[in-house]
Amino acid sequence: MNRYKFSALLIALFLLNACSGNATKDGTDDVLVEERNGASTSGVTGQGADGSDLGAEASVIVGEDGYAGSELNDPSNPLSNRVIYFDYDSASVRPQDQPIVEAHAAYLGKNPNLTVRLEGHTDERGSREYNLALGERRALSIRQLLMLQGASAQQFRVTSFGEERPAVDGSDESAWSQNRRVEIIYIGR
Amino acid sequence: MAPKLIRSLALMAMFFMPIQASAVLKVEITGGSDSALPIAIVPFGAEGIKAPEDITSIIRNDLESTGRFAPLDNQDLVSRPTEQSQVNFADWRLLRSEGLVIGKISSQDGENYQVQFQLFDVYRGQQLAGKRYQVPASGLRALGHQIADVIYETLTGEKGIFSTRLAFVTQITAGDGKKRFALQISDADGANPRTVLQSTQPIMSPSWGPDGNQLAYVSFENGKTEVFVQQLQSGQRKSVASFEGINSAPAWSPDGKKLALTLSRNGNPEIYVMELANGDLIRVTNNAQAIDTEAVWSRDGNEIYFTSDRGGRPQIYKVSANGGRAERISFEGNYNASPDLSPDGSKLAMVHGANGGFYIAVQDLKTGAMQVLTDSGRAESPSFAPNGQMILYATEQKGSGVLAAVSVDGRIHQRLSESGTVVREPAWSPLKK
Repeated sequence: MNRYKFSALLIALFLLNACSGNATKDGTDDVLVEERNGASTSGVTGQGADGSDLGAEASVIVGEDGYAGSELNDPSNPLSNRVIYFDYDSASVRPQDQPIVEAHAAYLGKNPNLTVRLEGHTDERGSREYNLALGERRALSIRQLLMLQGASAQQFRVTSFGEERPAVDGSDESAWSQNRRVEIIYIGR
Repeated sequence: MAPKLIRSLALMAMFFMPIQASAVLKVEITGGSDSALPIAIVPFGAEGIKAPEDITSIIRNDLESTGRFAPLDNQDLVSRPTEQSQVNFADWRLLRSEGLVIGKISSQDGENYQVQFQLFDVYRGQQLAGKRYQVPASGLRALGHQIADVIYETLTGEKGIFSTRLAFVTQITAGDGKKRFALQISDADGANPRTVLQSTQPIMSPSWGPDGNQLAYVSFENGKTEVFVQQLQSGQRKSVASFEGINSAPAWSPDGKKLALTLSRNGNPEIYVMELANGDLIRVTNNAQAIDTEAVWSRDGNEIYFTSDRGGRPQIYKVSANGGRAERISFEGNYNASPDLSPDGSKLAMVHGANGGFYIAVQDLKTGAMQVLTDSGRAESPSFAPNGQMILYATEQKGSGVLAAVSVDGRIHQRLSESGTVVREPAWSPLKK
């Protein structure tokens, strides 16, 4: 029992941290601007949390082992599946992934105070700028399905990373197929 | 206790990690033209001094790297004249060298240098170019490039590009397993690289302002795409587009007053033109079903080339910079993207997808004929040299991103090799004004 309480506290802390974003940021070393002559650094910027940190924190919230009772973490529940994969240059959800999307739609419908970030990604082939747009198209296609099935517009943030943040490094179909994806990231309320 | 200490030490080491080392690129010719012009470049005479830069090597490497010149090996030089009075043209004719470059370098104080050079037509026995310069030690490398530019322009009739610069994005995987990204600038020969922006998040699509003093680029530093404009001298930068959705693909108008951008603020990626002075936006494309991106300006600033999949697959289109009906430009194959316009406006370089691969191709805008220039199948991000002779692009070698260049006729191939760092998204600067 005690142990359970401790986990809950941990989760709450993570949540707080995720929501406050850059409260504890050493974010200043995220971005360095240098003078042309390269002698020294100047104009250090980089306000704001970087996306990867947010993502990591966010997935800890829902991924903690101690978060007993959550449908999101029950491996037999389709909600535990939060990555949707796509065919090459396609933004259509494959038939076998429909039940996963439906489950998330129903869950978001039942929990209107939950928000998710939809992150669209592509494989590395072709134009980077086109891929950035394709990643967004994928994320929007998931959003549309989720909204058609019960979620509401204000529950979503949509971001595309194009091919810039592969899940798997590599230049073969196995890596590519894992990189063509939309990640559904629950970020609390 | 001990493991904890080690952990916090490791953590501290992360924070104190030095700035990402700059990439050192080196040009290698991987395929050349057999019509390269033989030229003798005699090591410049140095009167009792040791110059901090080997100017002769810089000139020789610049000329050789174009694939259009075949400098004689130093051991084949019949003599080492440093002044016109020492030149015996008959000797150089025997070596079948068509051009001869000689020069001298001297310094009184080791800080300021006097450099002179002369270029001769060996067959006519005539001087074609000759100049004298005075530079500080720190200016010797740049002077080498400048002399190479004079020789190149005198012999080919086209502008030399050795004094221009390259911008590119690098990626390294740090000791902690995380990726680090940098926007770097180097001389056209890959030397003298310097980091102008470093980030833990991806950087994309550097684009040179027409004055060569500023870069626009896309940074993910705030968790999503955002377009910045950075002054290279001061390092000062400004976020110019951070709307909801995609903010990407910046391209400067020829007068430097406007930036074409891809924004999806109204739900779908469209081309917009931003007036930089006040941030006013004009929407150029309007096609809710399609991806419209990768704007490039025509030389007169009246039209914009861009990539769109409005016909089902990405192809290049052209539209008035004020909006209106778009006209399709590329027709070969089912994937053409990432257009770049040649400096004279007559050709469009692009990424051409075929048989599962991606190649650099160039399309003649008058005839519509397309020629595929590369054969590796992993090419992207073409960028014209400011004299229109070469196209710089990114490709892959042994699993790592490298930069390469190909001549517009596809005959000369160069590779800018690099170790340990992924290099991509090259952009060739404009000529120095």
